[in-house]
Amino acid sequence: MDSDDRPSLAVWKFASCDGCQLTLLDCEDELLPLTGRLRIAHFLEMSTAEDAREPATLAGTGPYDLSLVEGSVTTAEDVRRVHHIRRISRRLVTIGACATAGGVQGLRNFADVEEFRAAVYASPEYIATLATSTPISAHVPVDFELRGCPIDRGQLLEVITAFLAGRKPNIPGHSVCFECKRRGTTCITVARGVPCLGPVTHAGCGALCPAYGRGCYGCFGPVAHPNLESMVRQLRHDGMAGRDIVRVFRTFNAASPEYGPVPGLAAQESTEPPAEEERR
Amino acid sequence: MIGTDGLAALVDVLRARGYTVVGPTVRDGAIVLAELESAAQLPYGWGVDLDAGQYRLRSRTDGAAFANAAGPQSWKTFLHPARVRQWTAERAGGELVIEADDTTPPRFAFLGVRSCDLRAIAVQDRVLTAGPHRDPVYGGRRSGAFLVAVECTEPGGTCFCVSMGTGPAAGPGYDLVLTELVDDEGHRFWIRGGSAEGAEILAELSGEPASEAVCRAATGAVAAAAERMGRTMPDTDLRRLMARTLEAPRWDDVASRCLTCGNCTMVCPTCFCTTTEDVTDLTGDHAERWRVWDVCFDLDFSYLPGGPVRASPRSRYRQWLTHKLGTWYDQFGSSGCVGCGRCVVWCPVAIDITEEAAALYDWTRRAEEEPR
Repeated sequence: MDSDDRPSLAVWKFASCDGCQLTLLDCEDELLPLTGRLRIAHFLEMSTAEDAREPATLAGTGPYDLSLVEGSVTTAEDVRRVHHIRRISRRLVTIGACATAGGVQGLRNFADVEEFRAAVYASPEYIATLATSTPISAHVPVDFELRGCPIDRGQLLEVITAFLAGRKPNIPGHSVCFECKRRGTTCITVARGVPCLGPVTHAGCGALCPAYGRGCYGCFGPVAHPNLESMVRQLRHDGMAGRDIVRVFRTFNAASPEYGPVPGLAAQESTEPPAEEERR
Repeated sequence: MIGTDGLAALVDVLRARGYTVVGPTVRDGAIVLAELESAAQLPYGWGVDLDAGQYRLRSRTDGAAFANAAGPQSWKTFLHPARVRQWTAERAGGELVIEADDTTPPRFAFLGVRSCDLRAIAVQDRVLTAGPHRDPVYGGRRSGAFLVAVECTEPGGTCFCVSMGTGPAAGPGYDLVLTELVDDEGHRFWIRGGSAEGAEILAELSGEPASEAVCRAATGAVAAAAERMGRTMPDTDLRRLMARTLEAPRWDDVASRCLTCGNCTMVCPTCFCTTTEDVTDLTGDHAERWRVWDVCFDLDFSYLPGGPVRASPRSRYRQWLTHKLGTWYDQFGSSGCVGCGRCVVWCPVAIDITEEAAALYDWTRRAEEEPR
């Protein structure tokens, strides 16, 4: 069990809700086999006491063979810490929409963060924050990005398994429509007129929402080169109001560069995205 | 000739012979293909309204079971499944043992195979089993399958089998064929055998010989259906049309609408492409190879060192259409399109293969008229 040749695993948190880290703990049946193959060296969410070798600090000492990073970069301290984590990690994999695309908190990129600070906090002077929420890849090189809000348990295990085997993870980049068709779900847009982001959304969830009659709302983020103009036309055709269309793109993966200014919408329904250098 | 009781008996006889009977049934707002335990699960009294990007169930007063057109799936779902395990490998004591997955497939009886789909199965037969490398998965499932065809008497708004020469009368390849009649004389099916086993099963059903009037009414209903196709392909050599329109501006136009989501290919009853996925478990001692459907709209499909061969949506849509209607002839000796209309219905943004072909045809005619 405690053989020293096991590669070490570290799990890190930035601005996030912890749901993606919890997905690792949700791997109940696989957790014991997993610890047989990996030494979980740094995982604050899972720890009850400090390990003598690994003090429970936010930064960790490392080095680690595999780092799973949750959350987006929203403070100056985050920026310093993400560089530190990159330096002490052999492989760095982001887990979830926050770490991969800035998350829900990326909505600040389209508004004035000073206004938020003044409106939300009783003593805004205690809040130190950046004007933007950015993905990990905007700061350091990332070896692999796992999508989803939250991530899919099976996909997380696949990434870890692939890391252990030294192969490429089998994480297809096609649309959610592939998953509906493969599992035999009748298209809810065509058969019932339900607005659905499936055609432009990255697969990985197993087409969960459409299987229960609900339109995809894009929590896995965009496919590569999505045809958003055509998608927006179709969402309108299926009865989605312009305001709702902006909202559905501006939720979990709002800061994805692919979404940019959602095309096909009137200017007043959209807001200007931040300049490229601000976003990166 | 049999009645609805005879149809019920047919399902029972097929099941008693060990067949897994698959046929149309209403589920999730559509007429899907699924295993049937009895004929009572058939979509009696359901019709469909079809248009580009739109499918709606509609109740029928006549109680007909087969007066509806192609649904969201085709028979390839069963003959050429979306996911198949091909082999497993175990590492034990430093040795790797690979074992082929040769699970005996179920013997299917397909109830309600329309003429277009009968032709689609023939196309896949040629693609997947006629060449030097017979696909054992398809071949195994296909060779045991019993086909009960149904002639079309009510084409959908997106059907164009007449243009493709594939219907609505059933062509060869079936074991039994039905033509449904619902009128003052009752609800009846004119049933004929097409193979030795079909004749054998027919003999087990208690029916009465079809009168000349029934045959005439059935033939008439199918002939009338041919006059009511919802769509037509341009009346030209489509193979030649594809070859001479490769640089037509229409490809940019369709690319501006196409979401490259892959739905058209996955519902197409002849599209057959797959990719392989290798999976390992956490220990690394167990590996599996799976074959899964893949499509030419997927960027990974043509990914080679240096990137995808067909990076633009324009090139991917063009690849699909020109293969389907054109180069399929060069490869397999026929068109890859059977006129079922599924790609038209199930495209979320209502791209219509007949409309695209017509636009390309118009472009060639305009080009001919204009002086060079």
